[in-house]
Amino acid sequence: MPKVKVPRKSTNIDMTAMCDVAFLLLTFFMLTTKFKADDPVVVDTPSSISEIKLPDTDIMAITITKDGRVFFGMDGKYNRERMIDKIGAKFGIGFTEEEVHAFSLTGSFGVPIASLKEFLNLPPEQRTNEKDQPGIPLDSVKNELQYWIVYGRLSNPNTRIAIRGDGETPYPVIKSVMNTLQEKNVNKFNLITDLEARPK
Amino acid sequence: MAELDTSQGGGKKKGKKHGAKKMSTRVDLTPMVDLGFLLITFFMLTTTFSKPQTMEINMPVKDKESKEEGQAVKASKALTILLGADNKVYYYVGIENPELLVTDFSKTGIRSVLNEKNRTVKDLVVVIKATKDAKYKNVVDVLDEMAITDVKRYALVDITDFDLELIQKVNVQ
Repeated sequence: MPKVKVPRKSTNIDMTAMCDVAFLLLTFFMLTTKFKADDPVVVDTPSSISEIKLPDTDIMAITITKDGRVFFGMDGKYNRERMIDKIGAKFGIGFTEEEVHAFSLTGSFGVPIASLKEFLNLPPEQRTNEKDQPGIPLDSVKNELQYWIVYGRLSNPNTRIAIRGDGETPYPVIKSVMNTLQEKNVNKFNLITDLEARPK
Repeated sequence: MAELDTSQGGGKKKGKKHGAKKMSTRVDLTPMVDLGFLLITFFMLTTTFSKPQTMEINMPVKDKESKEEGQAVKASKALTILLGADNKVYYYVGIENPELLVTDFSKTGIRSVLNEKNRTVKDLVVVIKATKDAKYKNVVDVLDEMAITDVKRYALVDITDFDLELIQKVNVQ
């Protein structure tokens, strides 16, 4: 009986197609990705049935932590640059070019304007450490949040204001933030919440 | 496609003959694929697809000149909700001599009250007042209840001493 010859097949697989797919997906993810903003604070927002999405751009976010500290953040590098220039002019603080640049790269922050210069001279990895940040002063004597709101809106007139509060925040803090907004004629704002199913 | 090489065996021989060595143009793409998938994994994990949800609220315009706080609400159409400590909800109907009742955020709590009122009272106006012991979550929850029960007119108002006294009286009992 003649031997049945099994033809030996090469185990080499053509990788080109797989490579094509991999890079196609890679391109897709690279283009659609938007990195999570490096917020210094972690807040657990309450949930609601509202399904309105927050827009990606032109957002001014006021973050309120559980212990009542207020953080302020605004999107857009150039908006932030304009804002810090205006704040510097208003309070007579001359920010150097490096400080302006550092500010333009900072997400949310919660320091009084007086110690802003010091804060911007910290190394970047320390700047996102929320424990060292006392929050933006909000009491009636020294309400600095109002300046950030006013100059933030001047820097980007299309901006929307969103409040991202922790569910456990005591109401008086929220109320003073809302009062500050209302005093500055911001009567329409968004509350950032998690999604929850609508009950039947 | 990847086999870009031309004539392996024969080529070698030929190359030897002519002196110029013909190298295989075949490239092993496996490391490249590895790298590609590694990067895909990275981008997939860092990407944020879900945008946060928001609730839009409109506050009344604060008029500094006129001292009157908005329009008066008809007593028969008003329902006042007070938010207290420990997720408690107090509510009363009308304005004069109210009877304060206590409820909670459960399905049979404030929601059934709102549903019932919304059905029976035309143009119901809900006034929401939060005490200083209330949490932000309570405020969002009660605003959410407005959306769930489809109450069209509601307002977030500062609490008065009168309301605080009512709560105290109920808590003593």
